[in-house]
Amino acid sequence: MKQVFKKPHALCDVPLHYCPGCTHGIVHRLVAEVIDELGIEGTTIGVAPVGCSVFAYDYFNCDMVEAAHGRAPAVATGIKRTNQDNIVFTYQGDGDLAAIGTAETVHAAARGENITVIFINNAIYGMTGGQMAPTSLPGQITQTSPYGRNTETQGFPIRVSEMLSTLDGPAYIERVAVDCVKNINQAKKAIKKAFTCQVEKKGFSLVEVVSTCPTNWGLSPEEAMKWLQENMLPYYPLGVYCDKL
Amino acid sequence: MAEKVLLKGNEAIAEAAILAGCRYFFGYPITPQTEISAYMAKRMPKIGGVFLQAESEISACNMVYGAAAAGARVMTSSSSPGISLKAEAISYIAGADLPAVVVNIMRAGPGLGGIQPSQSDYHQATKGLGHGDYKMIVLAPASVQEIINLTAEAFDLADFYRMPVMILGDGTLGQMMEPVTFELPEGRKLPEKTWATNGTKMEREHNVVNSLYIQPDILEKIVTERNKKYQQIEETETKYEAYRMEDAEYMITAYGSTARIAKNAVDELREQGIKAGLIRPITLWPFPKEAYKQYVGQVKAILSVEMCLGQMVDDVKLAVESKVPVHFYGRWGGNIPYPNEIIEKMKEIVGGIA
Ligand SMILES: Cc1ncc(C[n+]2csc(CCOP(=O)(O)OP(=O)(O)O)c2C)c(N)n1
Ligand code: SF4
Ligand SMILES: [Mg+2]
Repeated sequence: MKQVFKKPHALCDVPLHYCPGCTHGIVHRLVAEVIDELGIEGTTIGVAPVGCSVFAYDYFNCDMVEAAHGRAPAVATGIKRTNQDNIVFTYQGDGDLAAIGTAETVHAAARGENITVIFINNAIYGMTGGQMAPTSLPGQITQTSPYGRNTETQGFPIRVSEMLSTLDGPAYIERVAVDCVKNINQAKKAIKKAFTCQVEKKGFSLVEVVSTCPTNWGLSPEEAMKWLQENMLPYYPLGVYCDKL
Repeated sequence: MAEKVLLKGNEAIAEAAILAGCRYFFGYPITPQTEISAYMAKRMPKIGGVFLQAESEISACNMVYGAAAAGARVMTSSSSPGISLKAEAISYIAGADLPAVVVNIMRAGPGLGGIQPSQSDYHQATKGLGHGDYKMIVLAPASVQEIINLTAEAFDLADFYRMPVMILGDGTLGQMMEPVTFELPEGRKLPEKTWATNGTKMEREHNVVNSLYIQPDILEKIVTERNKKYQQIEETETKYEAYRMEDAEYMITAYGSTARIAKNAVDELREQGIKAGLIRPITLWPFPKEAYKQYVGQVKAILSVEMCLGQMVDDVKLAVESKVPVHFYGRWGGNIPYPNEIIEKMKEIVGGIA
């Protein structure tokens, strides 16, 4: 019988710990498929963040390094600089990338560091139990914004893709979502382009994936997808923000 | 014989690191270690190495973590406030068993403090500056020549034991010029870095560099294993210099540039009829306890001289288990103790005992 669907080689054959309906799993698979298709597993080094995807080092079959919270772009820089022919990617949440690691993110982008950043924007701190993230929406209820994010005292969400695209360093930035088949297919294309960008030594690439955290949003997986579509997509428009390829 | 060249302490660190095979330097500007970065910025591009000025010491040291994970010989340097920021990555480097060399050219603290020499980061360096149960080898050179030898040794120690090694100097040492040779001591036989994350080439299982262990039993086991390594280092890697100690009745102890001043004080005290000697620890961790213990019964008192409020003095007291009175003299805030001040203090001690 012809096999039409199988686990990508770049994904380890282990159960993932993510909650039901969590989109981390989808994005892992897309990254692994791209690594397979580009044939780069043997030269790829991934950097796992601190966040729900911390165990990514056990999920990807390529060499993996676990970074301190927010420091993945700096760690990736250190790895990349030792061998420019290796492919180095980070996989980071919004707290990791856009709060504690803002400096590392902005400066890796500004340097045009030839790495690929996969950025999971789920508008919340998933791992620590649902606190307000730099990307939480105005009015969004979280553990640390129990009355809804008050922009007067808690400020405004950061649109990372837009912000970074004002820099000269990045080569490719796109925001995608994984809420429906069409968008998942687009997300895969974007991730592939981002890695290709690195393979071709074009410089910094980032794919922001608008994602869900049903557990900490207090919604069912289905409701979470709907909430993403109705609330996140208007605030975080999908599209290409920078493309020098 | 190798040619002698005149070099500043900071430049000597940089050149010795390059000779020892370090090709990756990540830093952030701060006085008084600036010459190290400047030297690396000039030299690295010429020899196919990397000099990168990071956005902060936090980033610089996390870049070190990344490069070390990839199997490179890598270093960073800073001065006190910057070292506080490197604490995070140093803890991760220790927790992931990675080799790396960190230089601290100390300036006076706390806070922004001053930019003049100091030894006020002794506790920070030797008692674990980041979080968690870990140790870092701390080397304290006292001359530019020793800087060169110890810098080369630092890389070997780091690779051999897979752990962070710190070179702890101060502004005086960093700025001081002395004639030196670059005949490096013979290196150790080093294990292969089979654990490095430099790509599987599809020829081996993936390597993971990590310090996270969610299961207490597993983490306890790993920390216990690492502690055995620390115990071995305490047994085999201590280094110190004993100066005029054979018949000494009074011991002065000091490290780094302060030890040079203390040596002058020893000579002068001897001229004045007081049998003084000097113990100069070269490794601050592991602390050379034996260097002190062996003189219990021989010396009547010990005087620890430091450029701070008195930090190493605690380790000296522990080493002699309070069987000898241990005194302290220091200057701080960026001031340097003068030999005559040390001599006066020692005479007070001698007078008190006599
Ligand atoms: C220095 C430091 N501060 C705080 C934490 C605790 N912490 C762990 S994960 C996390 C937030 C992660 O949120 P995010 O990056 O959005 O990832 P997600 O879990 O949502 O995927 C925090 C604050 C930590 N591990 N280290
Ligand atoms: S807490 Fe949220 S982000 Fe974390 S695994 Fe569960 S659903 Fe996913
Ligand atoms: Mg998040």
